[in-house]
Amino acid sequence: MGDQEKAFGIKGLDKREDRPKGRPSVAVRLKQDQNARRAFSIIAVLPVFLIAIITVALVVRAWPIIGTHTLKDTVFGVVWKPEQGSFGFWPFITGTAWVTAVAMLLAILPCLLVSLYLSEYAHSAMRSAAKPVLDLLAAIPPVVYGVWGLLAIVPFVQNTLEPFSKRWLKGIPILAVNQPTGFGILAGGIVLAVMVAPFIISVLYEIFSTVPDDLRHASLAVGATRWQTIRNVVIPKVLPGIVAGIVLGASRALGETIAVLMVVGNVVKVPTSVFDAAYPLPALIANNYGDMMSIPLYDAALLGAALVLLVVILIFNVISTLVLQRLLGRRWT
Amino acid sequence: MIRRRWTRSRLAEAVAKGLMIASFVVVTGSLGLILWTVIVRGLPALTWDMISQSPKGGYYMGKAGGVLNAIIGSLYLAGGGTLLALIVGLPMALYLETYLGDSEWGRYVRLSLDVLWGIPSIVYGAFGFTLMLAIGLRASLLAGIIVLALLELPIMVRAMDEVIRLMPLDLEQAALALGSTKLEVALRVVTRQMLPGIVTAILLGFGRGIGDAASVLFTAGYTDRIPTSLLRPTASLPLAVFFQLATPYPAVQERGYASALILTIIVLIISLGSRLISGRLNRYTIK
Repeated sequence: MGDQEKAFGIKGLDKREDRPKGRPSVAVRLKQDQNARRAFSIIAVLPVFLIAIITVALVVRAWPIIGTHTLKDTVFGVVWKPEQGSFGFWPFITGTAWVTAVAMLLAILPCLLVSLYLSEYAHSAMRSAAKPVLDLLAAIPPVVYGVWGLLAIVPFVQNTLEPFSKRWLKGIPILAVNQPTGFGILAGGIVLAVMVAPFIISVLYEIFSTVPDDLRHASLAVGATRWQTIRNVVIPKVLPGIVAGIVLGASRALGETIAVLMVVGNVVKVPTSVFDAAYPLPALIANNYGDMMSIPLYDAALLGAALVLLVVILIFNVISTLVLQRLLGRRWT
Repeated sequence: MIRRRWTRSRLAEAVAKGLMIASFVVVTGSLGLILWTVIVRGLPALTWDMISQSPKGGYYMGKAGGVLNAIIGSLYLAGGGTLLALIVGLPMALYLETYLGDSEWGRYVRLSLDVLWGIPSIVYGAFGFTLMLAIGLRASLLAGIIVLALLELPIMVRAMDEVIRLMPLDLEQAALALGSTKLEVALRVVTRQMLPGIVTAILLGFGRGIGDAASVLFTAGYTDRIPTSLLRPTASLPLAVFFQLATPYPAVQERGYASALILTIIVLIISLGSRLISGRLNRYTIK
């Protein structure tokens, strides 16, 4: 500050008479600017700090279980009997993985096609009509998705898909119907697929918009059809971004709680078929948090489950966000 | 005129386009299907009592009452959370743009905001709960508001940041050239330009906050009374839906569907309203 005053003679400016009455002097304004910069910079570190403190808090609270049980007993353990002190997360981890995988399998192709349609084919009127639809789909609360799953998807799975699979797809282990209730991985996966669709579509659409029109025009000018242009020019150009967008969508699906919890069946068992019930990690935390205090180590185990979830999602997120940041670029680059 | 023939590439083109339109119809149709399901099942049980009364004794066994406690509780929770997130988020967005720009630090902060955005609400809930235990706070409106603010912060800052990014660079440079400090640019130029963005961010955050169940499950608690103080527990609409559906009584489950319809209507109004308001405000910004 001092140097600046000397260099620019700001002190002198201060004494000028032609400064409008009631306006702060330059020195005051610069001081304000400095103070604001300092105050703002503290706020801006908050996000970084928040990620760190969430992770640290979960590690600390889960420590009793990390310290006393081996990784083999917890992450890869299949026995979940809190009363007897065995906390095997494997059924929950596999449950999460199954539901997410089914959701992504169902969502990827339609999302890719819709975002390509919006960026490559649709007229601008169509685009502006599609945006509110996607926004609404993204705005619908998880619990309403859960209600929809309960009322529409579970009966659909029970009355249509399960009989179909029993009748025509016998002998395929991952399509075996063991308990025909409708509740299970497939119902959860369908609900989840619709839930993450608007997110994935908007990310992919943004990615496709980064492809310069010149490239498209060059391809079209040498006689390629639009689809050939998409296949040979647009997609190869942004392939890492597409993968990153899908990974980001998967990490959204991993953590979804209420909607999945309502339709997935919640049975502690390593699933073997898409019609099996499962018990994903978020559902485990949500269902048991109330009554965990009475059993030793139970709360540590549940926060351990949250930690497992957090770590996986952090890894997914950081990698895909870095890829996307590089691809989408920033204003001054 | 050249006669069009069905070559392989033209066939592929048609098939691809057909599939795209089909997927588009599926995605759009699923929105219709969700709304239709919720309306058809929710409307019959939606009475004035549902909206205007708190649960009376035996409500969860099918006796009289409504979910006013949850509606008010949710508005309090989401309103408080949004306000708190805005107080922290607005300076953050301004700082990101005016002072950090595209510097190394700016990239880190944006990255961490994106990562925070991806952390699921159940993890925020669990974290909030451990935080409450650490400082001795019981499940309450205040705890719920704090956790929702954490949940909404990244979305709101991102939404504001996105709008600031679209601002013409000339505008900022013109103000700087006239001798404004960066703070003055931030407060007098950028804030005005981003007003539509601020409104969008508020409504986006509010919408996310009011619909989220997993984060308030352990932090806000649940009660049949309308909260009178920040330190009292409070009900929320998503949890009201969830708990009513969990009862074995069909009459109560019907009310759960009606509550889901109320929640959906609130969220739809917010979503459409934000589009309208920001469109209106957008007219007053310099492009």
